[in-house]
Amino acid sequence: MVESPNSENHPEVGHLLPLWLLMGTFGALIVLTILTVLVARIDIGSLNIWLALAIASTKASLVAAIFMHLFWDRPFNRIILIGSLLFVMLFLGITLMDTLEYQVEMIPGPAPAFQK
Amino acid sequence: MIRKRNSGGEGQGAHHPNLAHHFDRPVQQYDAAKMGMWLFLATEILLFSGLFCAYAVYRANHPDVFIYASTFLDTPLGALNTCVLLFSSLTAAWAVRAAQLGQKNLLVGLLAVTLLCAFGFLGIKYVEYSHKWKHGLLWGERYAPEEHGEVSGHEADAAAAAHADPADDHASEEDAGGSAPPIPATPKRAAVGPGGLTDAALDDPGETKEEVVTTPVDPHNVNLFFSVYFGMTGLHALHVLAGMVVFCWLMIRAMRGTFGPRYFTPIELGALYWHLVDLIWIFLFPLLYLIS
Repeated sequence: MVESPNSENHPEVGHLLPLWLLMGTFGALIVLTILTVLVARIDIGSLNIWLALAIASTKASLVAAIFMHLFWDRPFNRIILIGSLLFVMLFLGITLMDTLEYQVEMIPGPAPAFQK
Repeated sequence: MIRKRNSGGEGQGAHHPNLAHHFDRPVQQYDAAKMGMWLFLATEILLFSGLFCAYAVYRANHPDVFIYASTFLDTPLGALNTCVLLFSSLTAAWAVRAAQLGQKNLLVGLLAVTLLCAFGFLGIKYVEYSHKWKHGLLWGERYAPEEHGEVSGHEADAAAAAHADPADDHASEEDAGGSAPPIPATPKRAAVGPGGLTDAALDDPGETKEEVVTTPVDPHNVNLFFSVYFGMTGLHALHVLAGMVVFCWLMIRAMRGTFGPRYFTPIELGALYWHLVDLIWIFLFPLLYLIS
């Protein structure tokens, strides 16, 4: 996106990631992975999955923004990614809404109609 | 139509070896390529979202089954795989930087390391899969776990600590790097309905299920988890394989000196794909392996 002067060791187009940023991001990702594993051992009930997803989303944001250069990229590429994620959430959200609607009909006890 | 810009000597257009004829300037070609790649990545995300939706629906309807079956997965191996992929993402991003700076040897080396990491990932996956194959923990109809104990060991009160090791069952004799609890025998019966619905007549006559308060884990539904598991990780592994092919091709081109500060787009696009593969695994790992 940014056109730099055409010197020998500088890219013509695009953005150059500093090495410390690459390493730092990798370190942060490893730390977050360890955090995910540790947090999974603590039982906080139904919040567990949301916390795991939150940490995973943080890791994903780091990878997308820094490794995939989205932070310095054209805004439209960001829109493409975020748009696809929004549609995925719509997809899962409505499907879950639908399937959870029928859970009240799962009554305990024998259900001979289901058994062959 | 010949534009003067391209046929004359002005600008980089005429002399740039990698500029295709239908683009005016290298930056335009680069931007177009990147946008096309992002659109493709969006379709990949939507592809996996179908399986994520299946996961979400099945887990919402059978949370106990997922908690129980997740204990058969080897968390340390999964965490190791995560770290391997994260490291390969680092080397892929670093390879883009190396290409941008014209550091050819470093570029080839980093691409090779990325390939090695991918190979390692598939190797660890093979270890996991072969362990499951050996114990019959497969998808759908093929779910046929080895019989180590009786179903009666898993009563309603044991369901609350479903993943705890039932002491009365025999411990599995071999564990390929896992601490899998003994696998109960699957009663050969047809669908018994959603969790909690069992026919008392089919069970051990000594048991009574009328006073069931917590939902007993119905072993028959455990194959749902493994269908989802193999579907998701299998599709992901296929993507890793495809990524390896791409990186092989990139490495060969890099060794020939094709890439440099003037042209590194294929490296960047290949790295983008690889980061997406990593992204998907970042979500797969906690959802499949870390169900507490």
